[in-house]
Amino acid sequence: MLLSQALFTGTQVNYYIVCPTKLWLFTHQLSMEASSEYVEIGKFIHEKSYSRERKDVIIDEKIGIDFIRDGDKLIICEIKKSKRIEKAHRYQLYYYLYYLRKIKGIENVEGRILYPTQREIEVIEFNEEISREIEKIMEEIRKIISLDEPPKPSRKSYCKKCAYFEFCWV
Amino acid sequence: MKKNFYILRNGKLIRKGNTIYFIYEKSEEKVFSAEIDGEEMEVETEDISDKQEYEKRVLPIEQISSLFIYGRVSLTSGVISFLSKNNIPVHFFGYYGNYESTLMPKEMLLSGEMHIKQAMHYISQDKRVFIAKRFVEGSAQNILRNLEYYQREGKDLQEEISYITNASFSIENCKDVSQLLALEGAIRSKYYSSFNKILKSFEFDERTRQPPENPLNAMISFGNSLLYATVIKQIYHTQLDQTISFLHEPSERRFSLALDISEIFKPLLVDRIIFKLVNKDIIGEDHFVKELNSCLLNNKGKEIFLREYDEKLQTTIKHRDLGRNVSYERLIYLECLKLCKHFLGIKDYKPFVIWW
Repeated sequence: MLLSQALFTGTQVNYYIVCPTKLWLFTHQLSMEASSEYVEIGKFIHEKSYSRERKDVIIDEKIGIDFIRDGDKLIICEIKKSKRIEKAHRYQLYYYLYYLRKIKGIENVEGRILYPTQREIEVIEFNEEISREIEKIMEEIRKIISLDEPPKPSRKSYCKKCAYFEFCWV
Repeated sequence: MKKNFYILRNGKLIRKGNTIYFIYEKSEEKVFSAEIDGEEMEVETEDISDKQEYEKRVLPIEQISSLFIYGRVSLTSGVISFLSKNNIPVHFFGYYGNYESTLMPKEMLLSGEMHIKQAMHYISQDKRVFIAKRFVEGSAQNILRNLEYYQREGKDLQEEISYITNASFSIENCKDVSQLLALEGAIRSKYYSSFNKILKSFEFDERTRQPPENPLNAMISFGNSLLYATVIKQIYHTQLDQTISFLHEPSERRFSLALDISEIFKPLLVDRIIFKLVNKDIIGEDHFVKELNSCLLNNKGKEIFLREYDEKLQTTIKHRDLGRNVSYERLIYLECLKLCKHFLGIKDYKPFVIWW
């Protein structure tokens, strides 16, 4: 199997941190994003902010980065609506950094999470410890998505704003 | 909150940049007639949008969730592409208020896994009958809710209520889909026969379709087609296959799953509107056009019905499992999600029953 086929998208890594049920459903093409108001707001923010940048850079048909700045070093940028699920955002970026460094061999790269509505920027750095963590996460993702049925959902504080909320709890 | 838009007049939709206008003749209220259905309206080639005798109205694209077209309306490819980019389905209805077609945006939620599992529930006789039973059960329970309401209001509906209650006990004994359909038909016709007791005016007589023969049948047909289109839209937002149905045969209509799901919602969304419009004297004989062998809502009548229907769809109720307010229209979407969960083996499907 090609390495790129064995890997995941940033969204999958993000969803793994957020909720394994969401990860399973999304991976099995049962996405609910199309009928969620919050997702629509997110899309709108994505479209309207940083409009001078060339958006949505796709690498190996797998990794979709919101936009990239090229200078002394490569800066990959991800636009997000709110800091509510910060940890998931951070791991999504860690994963992109892992991908660019370990698989594409690009060393001089840094990540940034942009919160345009809050006017905040978070700088994401990478190290060997995080690299090992990402590998462990990839192993876990593989396990979850190969299950025959989605994992039972567990109620979290942010469930209410999730596009899958109704599916899980109806 | 996005809204449904309804167009009753004849006219055309044009696009100028990123705005869509509906253009129609000011002078007389030209409505879609049987003659126009036969021969297409003449094609206008010149730009009439700024002429005095035409009225121009902007369609607020960001606020539209779907368009329901009852007049004869022409659309350009520019309009179609813009509506599709904004994910707005367009439902077309014929002269008799019958559902004709839907123009769906290209975004389709497809899942091979869901497709296969839904089909497996159709192929297995036991699994198919299980789901078909749930649809009949939901329909019967919701019909009973309506009858019980009018019983409390002082109408004598004891006979109908006992009949339908007994019938719903025998749902479980049905061996196949044809028995279920027969039972469902019996429940419906008993229910319709009670309309004469519930309604202040209009005689029910018997159910006639294509075309309906009296005002009540006209309203039932009009409402059912409208609901059918609404359900199609909700199914479209899920990974369910519109063509694989359980109570009705998949060959019956192009979107036969919508027929199944509609059964559950007719008592809440169609029948209650009719009861209200008639009993509160909102609709009367002069809102219908009678022809040789048909009776249809006229434009004013359609407008009244559509306004009431739309208000119903947007009515909200606190959902017990979700702990949040959901609109009646959203209840249809939730019903689709429950079916998805059933097919995936996560949770057995229980039909929606009015709980308030």
